[in-house]
Amino acid sequence: MLSKRFLTGILASKSQKISRIDPLKNTHIGSSPQRKDALAKVTGRAKYTADMDMRGMLHGKIFRSTIAHGRVTSLDCSRAEALEGVVAVVTYDDCRGIVFPTAGHPYAIPPARNDRADRNLLTDRIRLYGDEIAAVVAEDPVTAEKALELIEVEYEEYPFYLDPEDAVKEDAVHIHDGGNILGQNSLSLGEEDPEEVFKEAAHIIEDIYESPQVQHCHMENHICYAYKDDADRIVVVSSTQIPHIARRIMAHAFSMPFSKFRVIKPVIGGGFGNKQDVVLEPLTAFLTMKCSGRPVMIDLSREECMAWTRSRHGMRHYMKTGVDRSGRIIAKTLKSYGTNGAYASHCHSVVAKQGGDFLRHYPASRGSSFQGYTVYTNTATAGAMRGYGIPQINFAVESHMDDVARAIGMDPVEFRKINVIKEGQADPVGKLKLDSYGLSACFEKGLEYIGWEKKRELYKDQTGEFRRGIGFASFGYATGVWPISQEIAGARITMNQDGTVQLQVGATELGQGSTTVFCQMAAETLGISYEMVNLNSTTDTDMDPFDTGAYASRQTFVTGNAVHEAAVQLKAKVLARAAARLEREADSLDIRDARIVEAESGADLIGLDEIALDSYYHLPDSGVMTADVSTQTKTNPQSWGVTVAEVEVDMQTGKVKVLDICNIHDCGRVLNPLLAEGQVQGGMSMSLGFGLSEIMLYDPNTGRPLNNNLLDYKLPTSMDTPELGVKFTPVHENSAAYGSKSLGEPPAISPASAVRNAVLHASGVGINSLPINPQKLFEAFKKADVLNKETINV
Amino acid sequence: MYDISSYLNAGSTDEALELLQNRPEARIIAGGTDILIRLREGKHRGAALVDISGIEDLSRVWLDADNTLHIGPLQSFRALERNELIKDLLPGLAAAASVVGGPQVRAAATIGGNICNGATSADSASTLFCANAELVLTSPGGERIVEIADFYKGPGKVDLKAGELLTDIIVQEKDYRGFTGHYMKFSQREAMDIATLGCAVMVRTSEEILEEVRIAYGVAGPTPRRCPEAEMALKGTPLNRENLDLFAELVKKELLTRDSWRGSKEYRDHLAGVLARRGLAKLTGQGDCDHDTEN
Repeated sequence: MLSKRFLTGILASKSQKISRIDPLKNTHIGSSPQRKDALAKVTGRAKYTADMDMRGMLHGKIFRSTIAHGRVTSLDCSRAEALEGVVAVVTYDDCRGIVFPTAGHPYAIPPARNDRADRNLLTDRIRLYGDEIAAVVAEDPVTAEKALELIEVEYEEYPFYLDPEDAVKEDAVHIHDGGNILGQNSLSLGEEDPEEVFKEAAHIIEDIYESPQVQHCHMENHICYAYKDDADRIVVVSSTQIPHIARRIMAHAFSMPFSKFRVIKPVIGGGFGNKQDVVLEPLTAFLTMKCSGRPVMIDLSREECMAWTRSRHGMRHYMKTGVDRSGRIIAKTLKSYGTNGAYASHCHSVVAKQGGDFLRHYPASRGSSFQGYTVYTNTATAGAMRGYGIPQINFAVESHMDDVARAIGMDPVEFRKINVIKEGQADPVGKLKLDSYGLSACFEKGLEYIGWEKKRELYKDQTGEFRRGIGFASFGYATGVWPISQEIAGARITMNQDGTVQLQVGATELGQGSTTVFCQMAAETLGISYEMVNLNSTTDTDMDPFDTGAYASRQTFVTGNAVHEAAVQLKAKVLARAAARLEREADSLDIRDARIVEAESGADLIGLDEIALDSYYHLPDSGVMTADVSTQTKTNPQSWGVTVAEVEVDMQTGKVKVLDICNIHDCGRVLNPLLAEGQVQGGMSMSLGFGLSEIMLYDPNTGRPLNNNLLDYKLPTSMDTPELGVKFTPVHENSAAYGSKSLGEPPAISPASAVRNAVLHASGVGINSLPINPQKLFEAFKKADVLNKETINV
Repeated sequence: MYDISSYLNAGSTDEALELLQNRPEARIIAGGTDILIRLREGKHRGAALVDISGIEDLSRVWLDADNTLHIGPLQSFRALERNELIKDLLPGLAAAASVVGGPQVRAAATIGGNICNGATSADSASTLFCANAELVLTSPGGERIVEIADFYKGPGKVDLKAGELLTDIIVQEKDYRGFTGHYMKFSQREAMDIATLGCAVMVRTSEEILEEVRIAYGVAGPTPRRCPEAEMALKGTPLNRENLDLFAELVKKELLTRDSWRGSKEYRDHLAGVLARRGLAKLTGQGDCDHDTEN
């Protein structure tokens, strides 16, 4: 329970840490040098997991259930085993007792706080259509596929549940021991009971909002291979966001020493949270153990990847809001059901997180409460996906904000301005003091961009076949997982003999450009050029320092702090050595453009290369200059932003065309404008799909996934994507070494909501469930009797 | 990795027919945009493929002495959408070709493959239905000519016998002369998608009179289909708003749409009316159906 003090707003104390760069004086931060991996990627030279074939590579394929819920009563693999080219067939019987959690969360102490370990390598207890019963290893993929067709299985079937509210019914069959509620929590904010406050409200608005399970659709499917090395250790090469965590999960799952596992992450083609779980790694490791250490690869097809890895949680939100005569929200409540699918993955974290966002972003002045349930269903396992529950609650809350504003006759943005979290208010949920706040500036920039007042008026009362509207949505988002979880990062820098440096981090480059930005950071602090910093984007748990990985939009922030600390330490060593050679005080010196200079005057004294060479070969006094740090970050700044969108709605076919859309972000300091813009555009595109076209469908009669392919799952193409406008507000976050806050996930939060509200403005019809596809709009227009019956506008 | 037992290239129609005769189980590959997908799905295990993509005779578009239009079945959609003769005589077919899949698919996929797969959603089929296209099917025993409406037998089923090859697609002069035409693909996405409903319209007018209107739909039944009664009702009537609305209502009665998870029957029927009205309006200068309904 949180107390009232968070409601009234406490002035945030200014900065928890003094910012360690001068925002006005830097060379590399704020520039957009060419990505370190640009040439390798565009020429095809970059090596992804699939490119790293090994001599004697075997291929694993998974035998999947064709029922959604039940158990295997008999399994006959003899014909598969007899097929020429098949090396091994393993089933649930070969790996009973190997049970593990899959989420890429930092380990928790005490252990009871860790994610639920409900995953077996293979299973005879079927929990979703496509559950993993056996695996075939063969000399080539076609033989492995043919062998799958030779496996015979019989089942006992149970009723299956696609909807969480069916799965929580009293008589529902338990998908796992312990029942179908995987997690639940309640949280309230404000001194008063919202149900009591509602009685005094001038208006009460209630509604239900829903968003479906959707899929990440990263370009590179899940792929992994494993083999035993010369020292009998298991090497797992995987397209993962969490190499160090994957190593820990396997060590625990197989009860083997950590040192027995080495995880290597090559170049990755995207993850978006779907690779923040172990998915293939434990099974692939197990298969190589069963094949005398020969390399075994599992390369999921797109269809498998879409149906049987992870997904975004589907959510249903029951929302109720009480407003006073001035338009102030005085009380609000939310009950959320999250569709978790068949296995725990991230457990209740996602639903819990979005409940906090509900309470935080538009705080009610007197009382508010949240109740959330994460429920096992017989659908794809839900885990992490870009935004981690916030896109779902944002759709619900931002839709609701427009609906309430409409009900009370107020401009939706005015209504938001009255109620949104203000500068100086503490984060009422995480209990962290907030430093930088650029949300008001985002509001103003967004309204100006779209021409809010003019177009709200212009598009009023349209009657034609094609109608236009504009919509708005805002969001806040954390930067990392502190204080719920550990925030730790490692960085190591070694100075080469010529003053160039080798940077090593445990952070995961998954395409977001972290390699490039870390090099900019090191160059900035060391006073050398971007080109002088080298960082291999491969992560290797044998070589690279510990870092929990790429998720929670943490990498630039948390690992940035580690890179900064390592660079500061290395720089001190360089200056100490230079001081000795120059017979000056170290603190009178600085490094600029790879030269040792007099700090105050800037006078050039000696090249960094000479100092570096000395450190290797100076006869009486040598020692390579290195720094190796592991830093913990204990802040979690909130980043902010808005989306404004203009749409045109075809009132006959229900098709929505986004004419203009712009995201405005406060992500702290923009470290690399080009990468930042790309990050925002990618997130916006993801959100537009979430808003307008994407949904994972299941056959209601069998539980079979219907559209786990890129034809029937309507991921937007480039032809469906409008120009994506991107703007930033200049803000500096003092708790970050380089002034930045989250930007990985935030862009994917609010576009869908803004588009929904623009459709409402255009058509007068508010759609409360995603996606807003033509069929759904047609039905809604028909119901509202606004389906245009006119002939063509001539 | 594909499960293929043999892959043979045919350099000529005769060679293709010979190869097919010797291997009755063989499957034809031209652009490969359907067969490779099915092979990937594990269908036709160990398939023997006969590649006809190199047969130059089958990829020409030309007019014969009787002004009959011949479309070689190996014409790729990219070639079709850019072909001056097609753009001039059958603009609806050029429009249909331009909205198949995406650029890569259009470069590889052929109109013959599109037809022979028998899918109701085939973008090129509706226009060929409107144009009363005839298909020349060649076997070692000779040729037979089948009207396209008779060629389609059911979902994925066509009147193509083992050992036969589609060698020509024919449109008579009476079926293109004086007509304008258009194709509207209604799909959720603007590329790389399958039609929720496809609609081809051809119209011949004279002095504000609709001399002849033809309309055909894809995904409005197990095979592409025309709406002969709606077409007849408009024949010889003046071009006006009432007739557009009447047409939009009449077409729905002749469709065999059904409910599926890809779209409801009610929605498809509604769309059919909207597309009929918009298509006819565009072709007669009454409005712009391209506003938001297609690529």
